[in-house]
Amino acid sequence: MRARNGGWTRMMLAGSAVAALLVASSGPVPAQPEAGPRIEIKAHAFGAPDVTVQPGTTVTWINHDDELHTVTSTTDVFRSPGIDTDETYSHTFTQPGTYEYFCTLHPLMTGKVVVRSRS
Amino acid sequence: MSEQHGVDRRGFLQCMTWAGTGLLWSVAGGVLSSRAIGAGAAEAAGPPASFSFAQISDTHIGFKGPANPDAMGSFEAAVARIKALDPKPAFLIHTGDITHGQKAGAFDLASEGLKGTGIERTFYVPGENDVFLDGGTEYLNRFAAGRPGRGWQSFDYQGVHFVGLVNVLSYKAGGLGNLGPEQIEWLERDVAGLSSSTPVVVFAHVPLWAVYPQWGWVTGDGTQALGYLKRFGSVTVLNGHIHQILQKVEGNVTFHSARSTAFPQPAPGAAPSPGPMKVPVEELRGVLGIREVTYAPGKEQLAVVDATLAQG
Repeated sequence: MRARNGGWTRMMLAGSAVAALLVASSGPVPAQPEAGPRIEIKAHAFGAPDVTVQPGTTVTWINHDDELHTVTSTTDVFRSPGIDTDETYSHTFTQPGTYEYFCTLHPLMTGKVVVRSRS
Repeated sequence: MSEQHGVDRRGFLQCMTWAGTGLLWSVAGGVLSSRAIGAGAAEAAGPPASFSFAQISDTHIGFKGPANPDAMGSFEAAVARIKALDPKPAFLIHTGDITHGQKAGAFDLASEGLKGTGIERTFYVPGENDVFLDGGTEYLNRFAAGRPGRGWQSFDYQGVHFVGLVNVLSYKAGGLGNLGPEQIEWLERDVAGLSSSTPVVVFAHVPLWAVYPQWGWVTGDGTQALGYLKRFGSVTVLNGHIHQILQKVEGNVTFHSARSTAFPQPAPGAAPSPGPMKVPVEELRGVLGIREVTYAPGKEQLAVVDATLAQG
């Protein structure tokens, strides 16, 4: 058993190394995500419904309402679970683009995150 | 049914706007009457009826917010209130938001708890809280397995045609409650063969009419669906979602939104947003409740009686 486990471990390590190489070669990804805007959810609205950030920024949403909300990409790029009172949800945006999102419980709540490099 | 009679009533009802909260309107034998919500079910039932059913809504099992830290306790009070109805309802309708955000185990707690009513059969439609996490997979597997479509259904009972519609499965950004073309086509076919004198009861979670679109309290394509029901002499539309009693009459169609058993919400536009509304603790059970609907052959309209959980 011990020998077999050791074999599995080695295989997994090898797999991780390959995955790391693939990620490293796929483009410039900052080593540490940059902490970005914190969007307050209150009274069925996203406090900052339109924010612009640099690639690699982590955006955090915090729910101040007494019921659940979600932060759900309209194009399935990210999808929060139900965010309950005082809970947060974060997503790191690595690729430039415009990311529209809404609350799947209250679809009139909408917002967008624009990701672009400083020119 | 006398057509002349119906036209007269319609003429009068066109002048009516919202009946508002606190009063119950019903039409029995063509005479519009109102009474305080507090009136007992026994008085309200009127002449001997062929059957009644009960509606429960927005139980939000798993809710623990300040608007009601004991939503499970008020759910159990609602179950007891239904159990005490006399005569015993033929069946129960749950108009959705069974769970509060699909909390783990909540569907089991709800369906097990409802057995306490002593009523054997419950017909469900989902609310957005029941389907938002997984697109409805768990709900549909539990409550709609083996049926065609995505949870919608119809059945007949004692000459009344019941239709359960699902308007929470295709929420889109910026959108509203929605039935979708497939379901509307199904509805058209479902009622096509019925005589116009068949009483129809429609139940759904989000209001099918425009209660308050600014808060999403409307089904975007509800009017289209209701178009297929206009020819019927008696259509009763029951919904939940807004956690308060509002009523409206349009022609032969009466709309009734129901109270929650978990927490109240503000009247349309009376607060910056919808959502759980905190009331003084001693008032809470007076704004939560259940509903009994009675059908009597020969009456044009079903009698709808709402009871709060503050009542014995």
